[in-house]
Amino acid sequence: MSSPRELLTGWGNTAPSLAVVERPRSDSEVTSALQHDRVIARGLGRSYGDPAQCAGGTVVSNRGLWHLSPIDPDTGLITAGAGVSLDELLAVSIPAGFFVPVTPGTRQVTIGGAIAADIHGKNHHVEGSFMNHVTRLRLATPSGDLEVTPESDPALFWGTAGAMGLTGIVTEATIRLLPIETSWVSVDTERFENLDGVMDAMATGDHRYRYSVAWVDCMTSGPRLGRGVLTRGEHATADMLQGKAARSPLAPPGGTLLTVPITPPSGLLNRLSMSAFNEAWFRRAPKKADGELHSIGAFFHPLDGVAWWNRLHGHRGFLQYQFAVDDAHGDVVRRAIEVLSSERVPSFLAVLKRFGPGNPGPLSFPLEGWTLALDVPIGPPQLPSVLDRLDEMVAEAGGRLYLAKDSRLSPEMFATMYPRASELDAVRHRVDPDGILSSDLTRRIGLTPPA
Amino acid sequence: MQNAFGQPQSVLVLGGTSDIALAVVAKLAADRTKTVVLAGRNEERLAAAAATLKAAGATTVELVAMEASDPSSAAATVDAGIAAAGGSVDLVLIAVGLLGEQSTTEDDPSATIELFDVNLTWPAAALAALRTRLIAQGSGHVAVFSSVAGVRVRRANFSYGSTKAGLDAFTIGFADSVRSSGIKVQVIRPGFVHTKMTEGMKEIPFTTTAEVAADNIVKGLGSSAEVIWTPPILKAVFLVLRHLPAFAWRRMPG
Repeated sequence: MSSPRELLTGWGNTAPSLAVVERPRSDSEVTSALQHDRVIARGLGRSYGDPAQCAGGTVVSNRGLWHLSPIDPDTGLITAGAGVSLDELLAVSIPAGFFVPVTPGTRQVTIGGAIAADIHGKNHHVEGSFMNHVTRLRLATPSGDLEVTPESDPALFWGTAGAMGLTGIVTEATIRLLPIETSWVSVDTERFENLDGVMDAMATGDHRYRYSVAWVDCMTSGPRLGRGVLTRGEHATADMLQGKAARSPLAPPGGTLLTVPITPPSGLLNRLSMSAFNEAWFRRAPKKADGELHSIGAFFHPLDGVAWWNRLHGHRGFLQYQFAVDDAHGDVVRRAIEVLSSERVPSFLAVLKRFGPGNPGPLSFPLEGWTLALDVPIGPPQLPSVLDRLDEMVAEAGGRLYLAKDSRLSPEMFATMYPRASELDAVRHRVDPDGILSSDLTRRIGLTPPA
Repeated sequence: MQNAFGQPQSVLVLGGTSDIALAVVAKLAADRTKTVVLAGRNEERLAAAAATLKAAGATTVELVAMEASDPSSAAATVDAGIAAAGGSVDLVLIAVGLLGEQSTTEDDPSATIELFDVNLTWPAAALAALRTRLIAQGSGHVAVFSSVAGVRVRRANFSYGSTKAGLDAFTIGFADSVRSSGIKVQVIRPGFVHTKMTEGMKEIPFTTTAEVAADNIVKGLGSSAEVIWTPPILKAVFLVLRHLPAFAWRRMPG
């Protein structure tokens, strides 16, 4: 062993593995990092499970691939190194009057990671996922460096969307940003006593909003099953601001307020503390409020205020379960919450969202309909089999799990949920004939050989 | 690869005809374990075990020959086992062991040597071979069958008990040595279990079946416990027994 190796996990702090970590600072250094037997890229490690790990192999950090072009004021196009985080991009783009086209619940993800996971945000129902706004990317592959656009090589471009690094290491991307007048969001909030109310309101009214998300409580039962708070919004225009906000309409988002310095024992977050949190969250929300102004940070990235919040789940770690089903199978959302509630699985408020049509990527997660995501601490003995049951419900409904969140899916279930995965074979054979690109995730779900 | 719950996809059993180990693997095969490699001596028993595991959900069961009375062969058996698993393995169960007959072993130097070779030297050599291989593959989990007989050695089976005491201590030190590499190592301390090993012996308190032991062990494998006791109450029982005065301990029945 020539280089020292590091023990890596995803955001959920589960299933650690050792790998050599290379930190290239140029395209040529990326090329030499690809001269290993087994390689995968890693950004900021915000995937919950094991996609940015490569047991016994080489993990290539993209954080040294850091550069930003000026923003074209007419088209909103910007070219960024794959290691630039959305946080760093927004710090530059917001004062210039531009927002990222898609943001997940955290700004702490890299451009490379956003492409690998084909991330989605609260605007998927109208604007699609991240790759829908990428016009061009540079991909370092074992067969060489490639310039890829949706026109020049649609199979490789869309094959890269959501493929979790299996087609190569993204080194740079050009993205179309969204012009904004202010860094504020005009938000309508509504509270519902049960899941039906939430889902009705979303199905009938989400099309009127650019952003929409509901937080639902998976620990309630009976008539209050899946009670939730729906927040929907639109970028505020300059004429909506008053006072201090009006004097600096394009203030960048703030940094973190708190840091969790240590990992407390597992069990701190249990049924009792989590249901108390859910109760407080629900009570805090107004029954109905229209046109409240929220900062971009507060609206899009509520958890970014607490650095390393994942540590609160203790040394055993946690996972996130996120699935999508089409409109005809919206009942799976209710049935999943019923199972979680009756099996007494502790979980924070789950995120419920509407998805618009998916893009052509064979491994891209979103499909038109519903998506539900919830955080669960590792520990309850019934959890593995409860989630296996949910997998079956989701697969039977033609739905699927989000690979950026997964840490436990079986190869059989993956094959059922992603029947188009084999469409990637030809592309992978072209860019990676020896099959060196693989991660703990791809080995676990059977996308690459297990050993 | 192991998932977030520590459920393995491939398992290598060293001592592949152990009743308890097979009951454990059968349960794992009902979850994520599809590839199993059994290393053992008795071909007939191995073949029967393979059929049982396939019925339990394993898709691939490979058999590897091993000779536990020859510790110098341990490294080669480990290599053959990992190769048969496809080049890497998620979980290794070390379940090699002879019970021996105390009354004859205690007066027989060659029987004593054989007991120590099989129960202590072979497994320790296998662990030494596994150490670099697991660190090289970058992840892994090892569980070693010790016994409550090794927690405090008794007159009634001190030969067997002391081999387990040695292996138990070796494994705990081994576990600490690979902890920072992310390799999980656990000691399993079963009490008296009804198996072919204990056939015809008199039952003692807290006796269980292989099935019950396997349930406890599978639960323990998914936990971060350094020692898996089965039945779990033995942890508390031995907290007391360990500190009994010697005159009382000598009179323990069985």
